[in-house]
Amino acid sequence: MSGWFSALRAIVGREALRFLHQRGRFLSALVRPLVWLVVFAAGFRAALGLSIIPPYQTYITYEVYIVPGLCGMIQLFNGMQSSLSLVYDREMGSMRLLMTSPLPRWWLLFCKLTAGVAVSILQVYAFLAIAAGFGIVLPPLGYLWAFPALVLSGLMLGALGLFISSTVRQLENFAGVMNFVIFPMFFLSTALYPLWKMAESSRLLRDICALNPFTHAVELIRFALYESLNGWALLWVASGFLVFFLLALWGYDPARSRPGRD
Amino acid sequence: MAEALRLENVSLSYGARQALDDVSFSVAPGRFCALLGPNGAGKSTLFGLMTRLLVTRTGRIEIAGHDIARAPRQALARIGVVFQQPTLDLDLTVARNMRYFAALHGLSGREAAIRIDAALDRLAMRERAGEKARALNGGHRRRMEIARALVHEPDLLLLDEPTVGLDAMSRKAITAHVHDLAEDGLSVLWATHLVDEIAPGDDVVVLHRGRVLRQAQASDIAGPAGLAEAFLAMTAEGGGA
Repeated sequence: MSGWFSALRAIVGREALRFLHQRGRFLSALVRPLVWLVVFAAGFRAALGLSIIPPYQTYITYEVYIVPGLCGMIQLFNGMQSSLSLVYDREMGSMRLLMTSPLPRWWLLFCKLTAGVAVSILQVYAFLAIAAGFGIVLPPLGYLWAFPALVLSGLMLGALGLFISSTVRQLENFAGVMNFVIFPMFFLSTALYPLWKMAESSRLLRDICALNPFTHAVELIRFALYESLNGWALLWVASGFLVFFLLALWGYDPARSRPGRD
Repeated sequence: MAEALRLENVSLSYGARQALDDVSFSVAPGRFCALLGPNGAGKSTLFGLMTRLLVTRTGRIEIAGHDIARAPRQALARIGVVFQQPTLDLDLTVARNMRYFAALHGLSGREAAIRIDAALDRLAMRERAGEKARALNGGHRRRMEIARALVHEPDLLLLDEPTVGLDAMSRKAITAHVHDLAEDGLSVLWATHLVDEIAPGDDVVVLHRGRVLRQAQASDIAGPAGLAEAFLAMTAEGGGA
């Protein structure tokens, strides 16, 4: 079993090192949600009225509302970024090194997933620290409670990325996937507006949002940041992780692979 | 003693294309065996099957006595692989690349360090352990990949056209290094389309259009005309391009 953890340590360490080397990636991972927080939220503050809904116990400003959604956005982008780097690794051949290890394939893929989650959580906490600098301070224990929620939501979004990477054959096809996955998932969720607000404009859109696993990831994080548990969201996210991970294992099954060239 | 590698009636078709057709051969312990075939012969597909990047339902592949379909982890633990395409992390040092690979084989700490040093020594690469892979020339990168494939002390070393893209001097050096490894007792399967990488005493499996045309010692295949001529004649008879 110790051999399994050596592999986990090595894969997580390699991913973390790679991330730290790519300063541009770190910077863009932080700038993206900050632009939403500082520019978008300030603009919409007056336009969107929010009533008191759980887990909030008082009126909140729009900036406060979208912080959990932006944490989810960081993890969503990170999941897709990891997926992109897997496709790149496969094209460059380094994925073969991983896949010919004698450890079980599900474990190797789980290690890759864990590495991506670790990197995404680093980004989320860096973002929360900067948001606190802008005056958006959450309950102190909420930062702690959020950790397991971020692990689970990161696993679910990472597993989705892993599955997508198994279906994309060429790097060039990836931009399309980003447009068809990231944007609908983000905008058809509770990241930017609560479900009741969505229902005011369209029942159908509201129902789609309620079925979007990303909505539940955001709600899990939102409740955790306010020291409470949303059991329904937990169930959704855990099931989502399981389904996406099983699909990824199926996607990386060697029986589905195709011969290369000589 | 089990053969290092044994393939029995291995076939693989991909759509209408028959990539491998009833391939059978074996590599004896401590032998250098060249898998000789022109481009498109099916060498890389065969490597995919031997490393379980691909699977087939037809035929049987055994590595050091372990059936790769039934005991894939035991079989994979016994092989070291050097792929045609480089698989180095160029931003990491040689030592870090080696440690990463060792960890993928469940090795860490002191045991990994000792084995890494020994593998680098074997390929005369120890003094380069602290250099970034990006700083190495093509020949040294290949040597590092071979050293890396030896870290877990495999029974069988698989190399898929390892000299592609190297200059004549590096090619000669790498070929000599791997022949030395075989003389030290390691079993080697070396895929190539270049006959000058094969020594007269090596075993040769000639693969063409997914079929084994012949398996024998290089000197026996060569005959009076030489290996290059014999290979050309064989693949021309087999309907080569």
